[in-house]
Amino acid sequence: MLENEEIEEPTIKPVKEIFQTFFKSYSAVTGLVILIGIAVMGFIGPLFYPTDPFDMVWMPFSPPGADGFLLGTDYLGRDILSQIINGARVSIAIGFSAALVSCFIGVGIGSFAGFYGGWVEETLMRITEFFQVLPTLLFAMVIVALFGSSVLSITLAIGAVSWASVARITRSEFLRIKELDFVLASRSSGSNNMALIFRVILPNAAAPIIVQSALLVGAAITFEAGLAFLGLSDPNVISWGQVIGSNRVYILDATYTVTFPGIAIFITVLAISLVGDGLNDALNPKLRSR
Amino acid sequence: MLFVLLVVVVLNFLMLHLAPGDIADTIAQTMGGADEQDMAELRQQYGLDQPFFIQLFNYVIRVALLDFGHSHFYNLPVFDLIMERFPATLLLVFSAQILSLFVGILLGVYAAQNPNGLSSLFVNMFSLFGYAAPVFWTGILLLIAFSLHIPIFPVSGMRDITIETDNFFVHFFDVLRHLFLPMITLASIFFAYYSRLCRASMLEVLGADFVRTAKAKGLSKKDVLLKHALKNSLSPVITFAGLSFSAVVSGAILVETVYSWPGLGTLAFNSIISRDTPVLLGILIFSTLMVTVGNLLTDLTLKALDPRIKI
Repeated sequence: MLENEEIEEPTIKPVKEIFQTFFKSYSAVTGLVILIGIAVMGFIGPLFYPTDPFDMVWMPFSPPGADGFLLGTDYLGRDILSQIINGARVSIAIGFSAALVSCFIGVGIGSFAGFYGGWVEETLMRITEFFQVLPTLLFAMVIVALFGSSVLSITLAIGAVSWASVARITRSEFLRIKELDFVLASRSSGSNNMALIFRVILPNAAAPIIVQSALLVGAAITFEAGLAFLGLSDPNVISWGQVIGSNRVYILDATYTVTFPGIAIFITVLAISLVGDGLNDALNPKLRSR
Repeated sequence: MLFVLLVVVVLNFLMLHLAPGDIADTIAQTMGGADEQDMAELRQQYGLDQPFFIQLFNYVIRVALLDFGHSHFYNLPVFDLIMERFPATLLLVFSAQILSLFVGILLGVYAAQNPNGLSSLFVNMFSLFGYAAPVFWTGILLLIAFSLHIPIFPVSGMRDITIETDNFFVHFFDVLRHLFLPMITLASIFFAYYSRLCRASMLEVLGADFVRTAKAKGLSKKDVLLKHALKNSLSPVITFAGLSFSAVVSGAILVETVYSWPGLGTLAFNSIISRDTPVLLGILIFSTLMVTVGNLLTDLTLKALDPRIKI
């Protein structure tokens, strides 16, 4: 009984400590609250503000506040407030799923490279280096231009070009951890390579990977907006980037059509990076003093 | 470096191959339709009836001979088209990179002297802004502020075509005036990163023994900071600058589109609208070349800073 307690105590405490450090930081909590607020706005907001973002409801270019439209109307007379509420869903969804895709690729490549070493590492890191040199936006543009601009192809394109940083971080963590004693212990008790990679080393390498992935979500949202600004967005789905992209031509006449979705992206990405910083502090005790 | 370029070319070819739709169909469509026999002739003429690897080999050879294909929108060879636009992008990318490094290092050194003071807070806020604001949005805001409301800078383009003198300096300042806003916009993403990095590495170096020795020798504060500490804290900043070259090029595409800067970015934008795939692929190869050259320059700079590094 006593022994059991002694073993269990340190395994529970770190998680609790992580939560405590995270929630002690004002900026991290603010970021989290904003992020939850935006997600709630995207998913429940349409129930309270039922105007369809594709409906032409009023004169084009009605300025903010006039005629009962809080954020004005765009070049087709569509309600911008409704576009921003509905766009939140898609922008956040694309951000998270693209980050998930790059996380999968990055962790896969990084862990195999770090674990096996030798020619496997050489080959995989060459590929990673290549993706670091490639101008990502251009490559994603080519993919989307060739394969059509659906939400799926945009998400996959963003995910496929932005995994290099995750792979590098995963590899360096693996290189460090695989030399540690507990890995040797696990190997000597009969774990095979797959178990070592995914059940022994990866959980211990998770902290920096999680932080990097959190930052990738924000980067993916701006990435999507950038593609949409260049005209590469799914025309059937409203996203913040798409609102900016479709009103781009009229920026000098109707500034607000571009300003408001820009502010929405700015606030969301800012919130994500605050959460990312908070996670970083909470998960890396060594960096806390910086 | 050659390896990277070869991979881009092969990747280009693969994407063209995997993309939905038949190239012969597209060509036939622009000709106004073709029957079976014409289609077969077309395939033979463009080598589309060849086995996959022979087509790939031919494509690589053509690119190596600087033949990137033909733009059906501009009706010009892609290579000529790119060479015409390339200098503008080169100017924008390198000036933005140098400006952001300069300002970033300056801010970083300044903030490092007072790690918990107001200037450090400013640097941190600044870097959050650089990370969170989409670059085209920053560009639009600057454009509205400094070309529309306070008309100091021109709205778009790279040159004022109404200038009639042949005086070199008049043209030089004209380009500079056009360059200013795009350069600031593009640099705004990066000086934040560089200043944050420079601040962190300066703080580390300032705690080192050799800095204390330099102070003990009686050197002035300025000499300690600039000659001893800064030189040793630069290498992480330069390394990161090299890594972010591809991001600078990506950002340049968006910035060029905002300001109608006549470089590869606007060309890429136009070729998306007109479905001019050969141009887009050519730009991809060219900008990869630009990034690899940028990386090479970074490595050389690093070596100059720290003789211990071998290439």
